[in-house]
Amino acid sequence: MTVLLPEADATVLARRAEVVAVLRRLVSADAVIDDVARMRPYESDALTAYRQLPLVVVLPETTLQVAAVLRWCHENGVRVVPRGAGTSLSGGALPLGDAVLLVLSKFSRILEIDIEDRLAVVQSGVANLAISAAAEPHGLYYAPDPSSQIACSIGGNVAENSGGVHCLKYGLTTHNVLGVRLVTMEGEIVDLGGRAFDSSGLDLLGVVVGSEGLLGVVTEVTVRLLPKPESVRALLIGFPTVDDAARCVADVIAGGIIPAGMEMMDRPAIHAAEAFVQAGYPLDAEALLIVEVDGPPAECDHLVAEIEQLAMRNAAESCRSSSSEAERLRFWAGRKAAFPAVSRIAPDYYCMDGTIPRRRLPEVLQRIRALSEHYGLGVANVFHAGDGNLHPLILYDANQPGQLEAAEEFGNDILRLCVEVGGVLTGEHGVGIEKRDLMPEMFSTDDLAHQERVKCAFDPKQLLNPGKVFPTLHRCAELGRVHVHGGVVRFPELPRF
Amino acid sequence: MRPCDENEVVEIVRAAMAQSRRLQWCGGGSKRDIGAAEEDSALVDLRGLQGIIDYDPSELVLTVRAGTPWAEIERALAAERQMLACEPLDVAGCFGRSPGEMTMGGLVASGLSGPRRVVAGSVRDHVLGFRAVSGRGELFVGGGKVVKNVTGYDLPKLLTGSWGRLAALTEVTLKVLPAPETVCVVALQGLEAAQAWQFLARVLGSSVGATAALHFGPGTARAESLTVIRLEGFEPSVAARLQGLHGLLAPHQALLTLSDSQRSALWASLASLDVLPRDRPIWRLSVPARRCSQLLAELAAGDDRWLFDWGGALCWLASHVEPERLRDAVAAVGGHAMLWRADAPLRRRLPTFHPLSAALGALEERVRSQFDPLGVFATSRFAGSVDAH
Ligand SMILES: Cc1cc2nc3c(=O)[nH]c(=O)nc-3n(C[C@H](O)[C@H](O)[C@H](O)COP(=O)(O)OP(=O)(O)OC[C@H]3O[C@@H](n4cnc5c(N)ncnc54)[C@H](O)[C@@H]3O)c2cc1C
Repeated sequence: MTVLLPEADATVLARRAEVVAVLRRLVSADAVIDDVARMRPYESDALTAYRQLPLVVVLPETTLQVAAVLRWCHENGVRVVPRGAGTSLSGGALPLGDAVLLVLSKFSRILEIDIEDRLAVVQSGVANLAISAAAEPHGLYYAPDPSSQIACSIGGNVAENSGGVHCLKYGLTTHNVLGVRLVTMEGEIVDLGGRAFDSSGLDLLGVVVGSEGLLGVVTEVTVRLLPKPESVRALLIGFPTVDDAARCVADVIAGGIIPAGMEMMDRPAIHAAEAFVQAGYPLDAEALLIVEVDGPPAECDHLVAEIEQLAMRNAAESCRSSSSEAERLRFWAGRKAAFPAVSRIAPDYYCMDGTIPRRRLPEVLQRIRALSEHYGLGVANVFHAGDGNLHPLILYDANQPGQLEAAEEFGNDILRLCVEVGGVLTGEHGVGIEKRDLMPEMFSTDDLAHQERVKCAFDPKQLLNPGKVFPTLHRCAELGRVHVHGGVVRFPELPRF
Repeated sequence: MRPCDENEVVEIVRAAMAQSRRLQWCGGGSKRDIGAAEEDSALVDLRGLQGIIDYDPSELVLTVRAGTPWAEIERALAAERQMLACEPLDVAGCFGRSPGEMTMGGLVASGLSGPRRVVAGSVRDHVLGFRAVSGRGELFVGGGKVVKNVTGYDLPKLLTGSWGRLAALTEVTLKVLPAPETVCVVALQGLEAAQAWQFLARVLGSSVGATAALHFGPGTARAESLTVIRLEGFEPSVAARLQGLHGLLAPHQALLTLSDSQRSALWASLASLDVLPRDRPIWRLSVPARRCSQLLAELAAGDDRWLFDWGGALCWLASHVEPERLRDAVAAVGGHAMLWRADAPLRRRLPTFHPLSAALGALEERVRSQFDPLGVFATSRFAGSVDAH
């Protein structure tokens, strides 16, 4: 696959030795990696179709070091790409040839767990799951649970506003982050949000979460912790048609129930998963729902009974509810292993991430099937059914000429379809480089300019992670121009807030 | 000025740009008395932009024009047994105005949430998308119309709570949620502030799943203090949660169950703050919950009155305390203080919102001016006299 990245700055490339020497001085000699062999592991994130060696890799371990690196790079016009654990699926952490790759993996300390106020202060390189592990002895946990949670960093979660199976009830990263310590490209250290619930002034924290590493480097994160639910139960429901399953999902929600998670798989995904882990999935079903509820046991029992009824009313052919923790985990085993399961039925797969209004699901799946025939590539669908977030997995073989390109085209068509029916390009994986050029499908030039200008406020020279998210790299001076219609503007003395 | 559609809003902003005039957006005016009565700007009433554009209960998504009254939306949601989970409060009564006029645009632009915020998130957590006109006289959209979306920057969060300083909202898309089937409100009497925080922290940290955790200081709701907990959900669930709550009580403690009318009265007083004295300024303190009781002890004089919400993370303090001293004390514990209700001279003198640090203030100003480079929306309303003119 090819994607146009900002042209490398020849003067920076020529100054490589100097950049390396400065980084060694600002951080430390062993925190800088400049030989090709050791830089190789950093040449891509989890969107491995794109690879690019960085100018140099640096692994600072204090906020002051990050600030020093960014300040120097800013003064010297050197680009910087932040990287957490490198599990991004949209190429957000893809290096640039003329940019310093700033890796946060040494920011690995959990600084504090406040039990009474139910929050944790952690460094940004801490793995998502490590926060819950640290909170566990206190009966607390960190709710957003991306499938990559063993590996992905909380800083990466903040940058991507990551979700997970349980974000239907507990929200995405943005709903669970109270504050961040941010270093701007100019090397300024600011705290956005904190331990209070909201902050004075504009909600800059709100826009930094999900900004894909373009607005600043996050070194510390304060997250909300939740009490662990008393009990958890799951249902495994098979349907003869996708329509029936979709109607059941709508009925559950219309019935006033927000399950902890509600996942759907289509026939190809069911078969792949069952062959891989033998979870006991019904192989004759066209659609499978896994619905999880949590809370006091009495509540779970009540909800399980309600959902069973709704399932039956929507033509469910099989419906089992977990009566033990082992059984619940078995229900999930196939869904959790969906990606590796799919990689057993095809040499390669490409994971998409659009969101649609749920009511359009049957129609969208039908059109995806038609596209699948058109491109001659298989597709398996796993789906965060509760919130309409689709993950079609396009099956292809990169060794067959043309298939990679066809898979990419197929994926783009799916995302265009999502937008066409009133949805969006990405529900949780981010735009990165992958969906960058599709942004105009969703946003007009003016819409995009209003977003790009936020970038200009944080990073006027556009040195931090350029070439990601926005299809065109506009200069801030150009974006800043004011068009006054039919009049002369005086610049009044403005009051400042 | 009262535009009827977003094109007219665009025209109004462009004219103001050309004539170097300033504009101030308003909806139902429930919060007009927050900040100074500015004389430097023309008032634009957005109530001409009315009506629900799309509401599909099973999608949990509502799109509405900004001038639509919240009361109308609340009714439409109730008819489908749904709600806005952040529990917006109509605060008109606090300022001697009649409730019912608050608009959706005002609700989003002020970003103020009610008690359920402690577990369900704030207004900003439920705003999915918008259409708006920036200070560049350009119509633009942000976010989307589905519940899960990370495409591009989250401008809906930035515009929520921006008090009209970045753009005029013309349309908002919100996430709605099922309303609870059963509600049960219980209380403990006579706890000290510190004990109340501790008790509420225990409740919020347990699987009781309270959806409100507040404490009315002595001499507010009653002569004695009142610590209030709300449980919501399906009936069997509320029963189980109530049992769990009993398990957290000390042997000598007993829960009072509040009747529907007692509950409504308490909730009304959270919006109107009529349980606080009228003769002194009211401050809204957003603080780490564990600091709240100590802060109140430090700041409140004998006849001052206060209450706290969100388990202590939000304090309402009516006090003559010297503003600079209050703000320093609040900042010292990592919180901030908003001047909520005060007489006109104080509102003119003090910035409404807690001043930011120099670095953060500069960053905010850069963001603001990207949306409004000419300062069309930069009125002196919130600025305080130190900064104004
Ligand atoms: C198998 C697998 C399953 C996945 N499942 C899910 C899922 O269920 N839900 C989901 O939402 N995502 C999922 N992902 C995607 C990915 O794990 C998330 O996007 C994750 O948040 C990325 O974190 P990271 O630390 O790996 O970030 P990276 O990949 O290193 O970086 C991601 C982006 O964040 C920026 N960044 C990273 N750290 C910082 C920082 N400290 N400051 C500023 N910017 C920073 C980078 O520049 C880049 O733009 C999955 C990925 C894989 C490989």
